[in-house]
Amino acid sequence: MLINNGLVYLIALPLAGAAILLLAGRRSDKWGHILATLLSASSFAVGLLQLSQMLGRPTEQRAVEQKLFEWISVGSFQVDAGLLLDQLSICFVLLITGVGTLIHIYSISYMSHDHDRRRFFAYLNLFIAAMLLLVLGNSFLNLYVGWEGVGLASYLLIGFWNQKPAYATASKKAFIMNRVGDMGLSFAIMIAFASLGTVSFAGIKEAAPHASTASLTAIGIMLLVAATGKSAQFPLQAWLGDAMAGPTPVSALIHAATMVTAGVYLITRSNFIFDAAPTAQLLVVIVGAITLLFGAIIGTAKDDIKKALAASTMSQIGYMILGAGLGPVGYAFAIMHLLTHGFFKAGMFLGAGSVMHGMDDEVNMRKYGNLRKFMPITFVTFGLGYLAILGVPPFAGFYSKDMIIETAFNAGGIKGILLGSAALLGAGITAFYMTRVMILTFTGAPRWDEKAHPHESPILMWLPMAILAIGSVTSGFLLSRGDALVNWLAPLFAEHGEHEELLKPIVVTSLALLMVAIGVAIAFMKYSRSEVSNTAPEDVSFLTKIVRRDLLQDDFNEAIFMRPGQALTSTLVKTDELVIDGAVRGVGSVALGSAGALRGTQTGFVRSYAALILIGAVALIAAIWVVTQ
Amino acid sequence: MTFTAPVLNYTILSPMLIILAGALIGVMIEAFVSKALRPIIQLILTLATLLVALVQVFRIRGTESVSAAMGSVIFDGPGFLFQATILVISIISVFLIADNENFTALAAAIPGSAEEQESIQKGNKVTEVYPLTLFAVAGMLLFPISSDLITLFVALEMLSLPLYLMAGLSRRRRLLSQEAALKYFLLGAFSSAFFLFGAAYLYGYSGAISFAGIRSSVVGGSGNDIFLLIGIAFVSVGLLFKVGAVPFHAWSPDVYQGAPTAVTAFMAAATKVAAFGAMLRIYYTVFANAQWSWTPLLSGIAIITMLFGSFVAIAQRDVKRMLAYSSIAHAGFLLAGVIALNKAGLSASIFYLFAYGVATVGAFAVVTLVRDSSGEVTDLNRWAGLGKRSPWVASVFAFFLLAFAGIPLTSGFIGKFSIFSAAYESGAKGVVIAGVLSSAIAAFFYIRVIVLMFFTDSHEDATTVVIPSVLTRITVIFAFVITVALGVYPAPLIDFINKFATFIR
Repeated sequence: MLINNGLVYLIALPLAGAAILLLAGRRSDKWGHILATLLSASSFAVGLLQLSQMLGRPTEQRAVEQKLFEWISVGSFQVDAGLLLDQLSICFVLLITGVGTLIHIYSISYMSHDHDRRRFFAYLNLFIAAMLLLVLGNSFLNLYVGWEGVGLASYLLIGFWNQKPAYATASKKAFIMNRVGDMGLSFAIMIAFASLGTVSFAGIKEAAPHASTASLTAIGIMLLVAATGKSAQFPLQAWLGDAMAGPTPVSALIHAATMVTAGVYLITRSNFIFDAAPTAQLLVVIVGAITLLFGAIIGTAKDDIKKALAASTMSQIGYMILGAGLGPVGYAFAIMHLLTHGFFKAGMFLGAGSVMHGMDDEVNMRKYGNLRKFMPITFVTFGLGYLAILGVPPFAGFYSKDMIIETAFNAGGIKGILLGSAALLGAGITAFYMTRVMILTFTGAPRWDEKAHPHESPILMWLPMAILAIGSVTSGFLLSRGDALVNWLAPLFAEHGEHEELLKPIVVTSLALLMVAIGVAIAFMKYSRSEVSNTAPEDVSFLTKIVRRDLLQDDFNEAIFMRPGQALTSTLVKTDELVIDGAVRGVGSVALGSAGALRGTQTGFVRSYAALILIGAVALIAAIWVVTQ
Repeated sequence: MTFTAPVLNYTILSPMLIILAGALIGVMIEAFVSKALRPIIQLILTLATLLVALVQVFRIRGTESVSAAMGSVIFDGPGFLFQATILVISIISVFLIADNENFTALAAAIPGSAEEQESIQKGNKVTEVYPLTLFAVAGMLLFPISSDLITLFVALEMLSLPLYLMAGLSRRRRLLSQEAALKYFLLGAFSSAFFLFGAAYLYGYSGAISFAGIRSSVVGGSGNDIFLLIGIAFVSVGLLFKVGAVPFHAWSPDVYQGAPTAVTAFMAAATKVAAFGAMLRIYYTVFANAQWSWTPLLSGIAIITMLFGSFVAIAQRDVKRMLAYSSIAHAGFLLAGVIALNKAGLSASIFYLFAYGVATVGAFAVVTLVRDSSGEVTDLNRWAGLGKRSPWVASVFAFFLLAFAGIPLTSGFIGKFSIFSAAYESGAKGVVIAGVLSSAIAAFFYIRVIVLMFFTDSHEDATTVVIPSVLTRITVIFAFVITVALGVYPAPLIDFINKFATFIR
């Protein structure tokens, strides 16, 4: 493995930004956002430099490592803090710093009225640094540090406007649900160390073939738990919708393009574990398939534009997880979808932010309408993202999503048919709810309040949107041309044989496009042909009501975990008060009593102190006499 | 009898000579320099002296000599470590002492007299405290490297006498301060007498005053054991008095409370290092072969000391007294290192002394910051709610308390862990059990203060925290950084100590 000592700058630059902005406090209000943006951009530049160097090396020498310092050295447990940049992590590095920088630029304008803008940028930089550490760590333990770091940044940013109690609660909810996933990761690390004796990627990759399937399965399942938490997958998906409480650039960067895809990274990075643990792998595809439908269905009933996009994110990550669960043949497609999704979803979130910016922070789509006249640039950039997520050729999503659906069908047997059908159905529903978002927001009759004055956003905001829109159009074609990304990532994954094709690619593509057309058509019939009310209708079917309640995800969590949990804690509190505190108080009062008595010896008179010394000395002599007798 | 000129190895003695020279120059400055200039000149002189001495100690590290001063001084690895520790603690204490707010304007004036008033109005400052500090430091440096009973006694007095004076210099509540000084002096004299008495017995036993001579008698086992045992017991009384072990502790709460807080910090930290340094040397080398006789004794004292210190601290309402009892408990923990009588015990004791000394100076430095209009407030009830008013100061103090309690990620945890494991290895299981138990008790009152500061609403007569002066700030930050660093990454210091921690005989 080549040594490269420049990797640390990728992380150090944004980390320094966070430190400077937080430590300098209000003094950096004037220039903090510019510094943060520049540092993020420099990190991106370092990433590009690394990519150009990497391209210049032969395939087997592309990965580079940097050892930072000996971190833990306890007996046989040796962990160095080290970074690893290979073909997989460079994709993430460029996505994080590239999209991250665009969102920094966007935020300069978006947050310009917020008097805590500097703190916002500090957290953004902190997030970039933590996320880079996550994807650059060369062991699960280093990854874990970044994993927790992004969790913290996400918590701080969701609750950025924590003066509103609901927002503070949302950040707490996200944090707690993430903790469940984080426990999974820490268990995975512990099991890996206990059974394989190492936690570095290289070490585990080497040890995995000789390890027992049981322990690999256990590690795999725990990693999956971690992934479901961070990536808002079933059953730990409920926090993502509430996380939209954060400022919209945060939703774009953290809760669409980067952090929530960390679960996909984790599974792809641990491919050597999942390849050897078929049961865990099967669970991965099940989780992916359930979530992609779950998210899509929730998306159909959302009137809040950001929550509709959040549901869509959940669903799209479901596609990625599904792809990653399909084994060596699917990893590259999962990553491709992750990258294209990074472009189009971030672009659409920024578009939503732009709409909110022009509409006095209104998020209810029923109060929009006909905005394309007032916000042409937002309309075009959002529209390109829309075409990309639908998978209309030749936009980005077409290439990546189509490949996942195809691979799912080819998974073999009944499993392949089920997974493929789920993915296909998901594509149809996606088309429906995204078309609904487009129609409600940009077309039809205006339904906004008298006070609203919709207007286009300033250049600092629409420029990043435009750049992301270019990515939404071209990235799929570029990444799949000549199997560019597949070949690029191939050295990391196990070889895979030719699969028997259940359906010919052209058939899958046609079916997918057909589903999309049906979805679009239904949406048009329902929302374009008739007048849309600016309040959500109440006389809806039972099913709609359930979908509006997010398929009862919160009710489920409350019934299954929260209430029994509360009962358990209140019982524990009572036990604590009666039994434990009782004992402690008893001991405490005995101690206090005896302390009081002992304190009596401290009279303040020198004579009694001297007497005490004398008694002590005599006692010593007496004791010696006893000992020697 | 012919008189031969003494041969002195000045290199080995240089740290002490530097300190003494600095102290003498300080006395001259008192005599000849104008009042206005004295504080700053004395501060610079004292710091420079201590720093030069520290550098010199580091330069001579690794040298071993038993004949530096005609057999009266022994310099070896542990000697180097003790001296370096004492100097580091003295340096950070001096910053605190330099904060003149703590000292009386005119020590000789009767409290409340017109003379005192006049002196305060003139803005006089007691700069004598600097040379006194240096004299005490010189004694402390000599104490752990003495190698005969006479030198040991001289060093004991040399470090004690300036401290008696310094304890009486408090600016506020001067009567209390003077009472403390007198008590300390009387009881110190009393215990010195025991020490001398014990020394006489040891001479009677072995016919020698040098450690080597006594040791060879102990190894040979030729003399009268009763003499040896009484000698050990009485010499121990003198030493145990200095470290504040029960039942020879009674002076310490009163003196800690009465003395100016800066002096208390210096005394609590540096004296303990010197006294334990001497104690470790004597028990590890001179009395090592009579282990059967003193281990049960010292174990008993250690157990009583730990439990007593921890228990009584619970009932304290004054932060300085609480810290005094906490220091008694810590003396008990340190005795476990003496009892261990193995290399691990020695290394652990030295690490513990360094970590504890630094945290102690830091904690007392914080105490000097919490005041009301009439000076420092040491009444714990009035510390309630400090965390809300001055979160930084309260957090730092809380951190020092956690270090005293031995919570992981502080130096205290590493110290306690290593000292108890060393004692356990040597078979002193009872001491370890008592130690762990009393650590738990001690944690109770440390954490109670934290609860008081952060989770209790403040009273109306709330204290204010003064903005720390640069000097005090240096002390607090330095102590804090070391305490954190030793808790998070102690390996380098432990390795360093291990390299040097072997007594020569």
